[in-house]
Parts: sequence; C-alpha cells; structure tokens
Amino acid sequence: MELSGAQILVQSLIDEGVEYIFGYPGGAVLHLYDALFQQDELKHILVRHEQGATHAADGYARATGKPGVVLVTSGPGATNAVTGIATAYMDSIPMVIISGQVSLPVIGSDAFQEVDMIGITRPCVKHNFLVKDVNKLAETIKKAFYVATTGRPGPVVIDVPKDITAPNIKVPYKYPKKVSIRSYNPVVTGHKGQIKKAVDLLLSAQKPIIYSGGGVVLGEASKELIEFTQLLGYPITNTLMGLGSYPASDKQFIGMLGMHGTYEANMAMHDSDVIIAIGARFDDRVTGKLDLFCPYAKIIHIDVDPASISKTVKVDIPIVGDVKPVLKQMLELIKESQKKSDKKALEQWWNQIRHWQALNCLDFDRTSPLIKPQYVIEQLHEVTKGDAYVTSDVGQHQMWVAQYYPFNKPRHWINSGGLGTMGFGLPAAIGVKLAFPESEVACVTGDASIQMCIQELSTALQYNTPIKIINLNNRYMGMVRQWQEFSYQSRYSHSYMDTIPEFVKLAEAYGHVGMRITKPEEVRPALEAAFAMKDRTVFLDIMTDQTENVYPMIEAGKGHHEMKLRVATGTSTDRELA
Amino acid sequence: MKHIISILMENESGALSRVAGLFSARGYNIESLTVAPTEDPSLSRMTLVTSGSEEIIEQITKQLNKLIDVVKLVDLAESFHIERELMMVKIKTTLETRDEIRSIANIFRGKIIDVTPSTYIIEMTGPSEKLDAFIAAINPASIIEAVRSGATGISRGEKGLHL
Repeated sequence: MELSGAQILVQSLIDEGVEYIFGYPGGAVLHLYDALFQQDELKHILVRHEQGATHAADGYARATGKPGVVLVTSGPGATNAVTGIATAYMDSIPMVIISGQVSLPVIGSDAFQEVDMIGITRPCVKHNFLVKDVNKLAETIKKAFYVATTGRPGPVVIDVPKDITAPNIKVPYKYPKKVSIRSYNPVVTGHKGQIKKAVDLLLSAQKPIIYSGGGVVLGEASKELIEFTQLLGYPITNTLMGLGSYPASDKQFIGMLGMHGTYEANMAMHDSDVIIAIGARFDDRVTGKLDLFCPYAKIIHIDVDPASISKTVKVDIPIVGDVKPVLKQMLELIKESQKKSDKKALEQWWNQIRHWQALNCLDFDRTSPLIKPQYVIEQLHEVTKGDAYVTSDVGQHQMWVAQYYPFNKPRHWINSGGLGTMGFGLPAAIGVKLAFPESEVACVTGDASIQMCIQELSTALQYNTPIKIINLNNRYMGMVRQWQEFSYQSRYSHSYMDTIPEFVKLAEAYGHVGMRITKPEEVRPALEAAFAMKDRTVFLDIMTDQTENVYPMIEAGKGHHEMKLRVATGTSTDRELA
Repeated sequence: MKHIISILMENESGALSRVAGLFSARGYNIESLTVAPTEDPSLSRMTLVTSGSEEIIEQITKQLNKLIDVVKLVDLAESFHIERELMMVKIKTTLETRDEIRSIANIFRGKIIDVTPSTYIIEMTGPSEKLDAFIAAINPASIIEAVRSGATGISRGEKGLHL
C-alpha cells in the first residue's frame, strides 16, 4: 500500500488504536488535516487554543491509561502546546504530540511560523523526534508510542516538516507491530535480593508506614497495593497524585501527606521507623524541609525510574522496577516468610495514630452563614456518591478536593500535581468525558484558574461533553492570598481581581447553563439540579468565604511534625475581606 | 572529585544538545566535553569531565542513562583507566628564552610542530594535570594561546564500552 506522509500519519494513529486526537489546524499541518478530512475512523476534537488540546489529551490519558494524542501546527501552535507538554511530563503522563514544522529545506531560515520545537521541548519531554524521511514516519510513530507508554511514561513530541506530509509523494506503508530501541530497555521486575531485604525490614518494623504515589496509578497496581497493605495491616498515606489508588474510605488509610496533608499522616511519617515509598518521588511538597524529613526511619523505595531513587532523600533499600510486578514479588515473599510482623508494636502504633486522628484536623466551621468551600466539596462527594471523575485546576480548591473528596478508585482524580498548571481542569474534564460519556465528570476550579482556559467552554458545546464546573469563587487567587496572609503580613499584592466576569452570563453565552449560588443552603439543591441535567454542561458559580484558608499546612522550611493547624475562630462573617 | 564519564550514544543530530541541556538544566558542571563518531558510524563516543559529590555523580549518571539516545556509559574514575588530553600552545619566544622553552617542552615530552623567528607551537598529550603543569612552568606573558581538546579516556584491560 502506497500512501502520502499525511495519510501514513493518520493511518498509523488508527493502527495504533488511537480513538481521539486533540488539535488545531494551521499552515504546516494542512496536508495532515486534509488527510483527516478524508477518513472517519480517527475522531478529531477541535479545541480553541492549543494548550486546551494538550490538557484534554492529558485528561483522557489520566482517566483511561491510554496515551493522549495531540496535533498542532508549527510556531505558535507548537509553543502554545508547551505548557501542556510540561504538565504531562511532570506527572509522567503518556502522550504523543505531533507538531507541524516548516519544510525541511527552509528549517533554520527563520521561516514563517518556524520555531525549534525539538529544542524548546527537549527539557520537558521524555523524548522527541524530528522526522527527516517519510520512509521512516510510521516507524517513528510506533517508537514514539512505545517510549511514551513504557517504563516511566511521559510525553513524546514528533516534529513533522510540511514536505514530509506532501500528498504527491507516496511511499510503501506498513505499520510495525513492534519496535525495539537498543538504547532504551526499561526495567520491569525488581531485584530479588533487594526485595528480600525489603520484606525483612518491613516485617521487623515497629512503626511502619506505606507512602504511595502516582506510580501506583500509572502502573495499574491498585489491586496489588490494596492486597499488600491489608495483608500487612500497616497504615497507608497517599501523595496528591496517588489519591484513589488505595480506597480512601478504608480504615487503614490515614489521608494525604505533605504540605496540606493530614496531621496524622505527617506525624506518622515523622515518627515512623520504616517507610516504604511505592511509586512516589519525595517531592518537595511531600517532604517539607529535607533535614527534618523522617529522622527515625529506614526507607524502602520502589520506583521504575532509577533517577527518582535517592534524588532528594537518600534511601536504604532501593528497588528499581514496575510497581505492579514488584508488589507481586513482595506479596509472595511475605506470605512465605516465617517472620511475622510484631502485632503488639503495631497495635501501639495504631493507638498512637488514632490519637492523632482524634484531633480531627480537617474540621471546619459548619455554622458559618458564608459558603465554606470544604462544605461544597463534601456535598459534591455526596451528590456524586463518590463516584465521579473530578478534575481540578491549581490552588486552594485543588487541595480541598484532595482533602474532602475521598476517592476510592484510581484514575478518578485528575489534576496537575507536579507543574501546578492553572487552566488544566476544564480541558482535562472534556478529555475525560469523551473517554467516559456515561460517567459523571466534575471540574472543580476557582475564579482565577478557570479564566486561563475558559475558551474551551466552546469545545465542550461542540462535542457535547456535559461536564459540571464547580467554580469556588472567592474573588481571589486564594492560594496566593493565603501565602500573602501567612508570610507577607497580609499584603495582598495583585492576588485580587477587581473585575471578574459574570460567569453565569459567560456560561450562557457559550451555550451552557449557568447558576450562581450565594448561600450555604443553596449548595446541595444546586448540585443536585446540575447533575440532573445529564445532557448539559452546567457552570456553578459558587460564592465562597473569601477568608478561608487551606489547613492544616506545613509552611516553607518546616518539618512534618510542625504543622500549622486551624485555630477555631467561630463564624467568619466579620472577616470578610473585600 | 573529578570524574570522567564516557558515554556511548546514538550518532543522531541533537544528541549532543540533549546531554549539554541536561547539565545546564540540572545545574551540573561540565569541565570538558569531547565527542566524535566511533568505529561504528551509528554510534558516537562522548567523554565528559565533571566534578561533584558522590550523590551528584550518581544523579548525573542516572539522568544520562535516562536519555533515550544514550546506549551505555561508564564512570572511568571507578576503575583503572588511561586519560589523555591533547594541547597545542603557541608561545612567544626571544633569543634568550628559546632554549629554555625547548628544554621544558622536552621534559614534558612535548613536540615543537611550528617554528617562526618569534614563536613556537608545542604539541603535547597526557593527563590533564600534566598539561596544567606545563602551562604553569611557562611564563604566562609568553603564551599567545593554548588550545586543549578536553580529556578523553579508556579503561584498562579487557573490559570496554561497546554494544
């Protein structure tokens, strides 16, 4: 079969099993768009800005586990995609981004809409390819998917010069079933000796804790993690990215850890004598001040990426491998082991943890006449029966979802953890809804974040992706305001927007339903009404308490045992800021 | 401590910038870098001299290994190896200094490869420290320019870095 480069690209994606491609046309990809037009297997989702394309593909990937695919043109199309590519890179999300490029003979001449996409994306992709020969196009695409989805996943860019896709140059096409790359051989199973040492250490622990992260979600190891945790009976805490990989409603789950984690999780980390880190990378938002991090603990670390091990925190027993097979290997050893964990020590440990839990660190003012954002999230959880896919933007609202929406299943909590990209939530929700049209998809956002990709409301209408947008509107960049309150003596420098659009009208202008909620008693009925509108995107503009802060908190330079807790202040009407 | 990291990588355009970019992005220092194709034209051999604590060197080798184009690498400082660097120095001479410069060059096994009435060019190879020592032995005011290749190295014995 002889095909043009453009046809090869489209056919390769179909043969790879790609369902959706998120993109935006332009000069350098016109041949490709012409090839897309002449087929109907691969569905193209036309976004309103290339950043939206990358986040939508990213949301799709996070929810399904399948790679997200993006198509953008050269120059500004490519640079607009960079934020989304970096977002996926920081959270190890498999994506393949196809960017148009100017024709090979004019590369380097500052041609119209030319940027060095390979150079620009080099530090924020797992790998990138410039296609210089149409005969190698299909193989390059296969390699890109292989690299993106194996080992520690990540985004891969394929830069395709326009002349490579020319309709008049046809070459034989065959999509390779398999590729191998001699310089790329990700490790899968763990080293047996290390695993044995780890199991010995785990079973001799007095105050153990399991600290697991996004690697468990990415590695589809939720089932193994649950079996492992319940067999041992140890407490488990999740990172922001790991939420859902262990059921939050289970009694062994002691909440998220880190800057806005629970008091009990952070105290348990601080006091523990053995920590097993599973698919987590000791991010600075998790560890707090490194010198004070877990002073008494021996640390076991399972990670597919050797470079994640001992990067910031020196570990005692590193195990390089995919989380799933390694956990299976460990489970076998634990079951066979003569050694048993110290029941009495464990009981004392749990007593200590229950004591910390009794502090009820996530409690908030339930009598306030103002809408408390935490209350909104709790109600969202009830109305959706804890079963929704929830995307978020970045800031206070993101932390409140992490704290007050207990996720029981992996891949349901979709947020930008590593890069912290405002504007992520709405396009990501569209990607999730396309993947799971029958499931409830909520985008929890704030009045600042939502404005960063609000144009995608138009995409949501075109492709009929009825999502529910929960806008926690406090007229501030809440997290910036909170830091300014704590660290800059309440000098609220540019964290307040004097002009905020009327979101209800805006939602209506985009063809959706808008609702404005100003009283606590309206929250529940509004959520119920919104989710009852199965075929409509609904924008709930919820006016929340402006002064509310995210608690508890580890402030910069502090350790896990130095958390700032909420001080009871009674009602907060007199604390209205603006 | 100084480390000589020898890297076997795909001979692809952009491979060098991936390594250089990694070092600048992560704040590692490069003292010198040499690169050329190997006997197998599909592979390049890069020799990189860097310094840092054990932890930093461990991160550097892990991050380098993570680059898709990197096939293999070895930290030569971990075992017996031979290190060589090439230097060419152009030195201003006078009737009074010519003999002395020549004899110093001889002591260091240097070769005079170009002569004019007022200059010598001296070629010298050896471990980087030897080249440093030669430079230190010459009056700095008389050095017109010194060109150094950066260190390259190979491990001793039967072991080698190959596919």
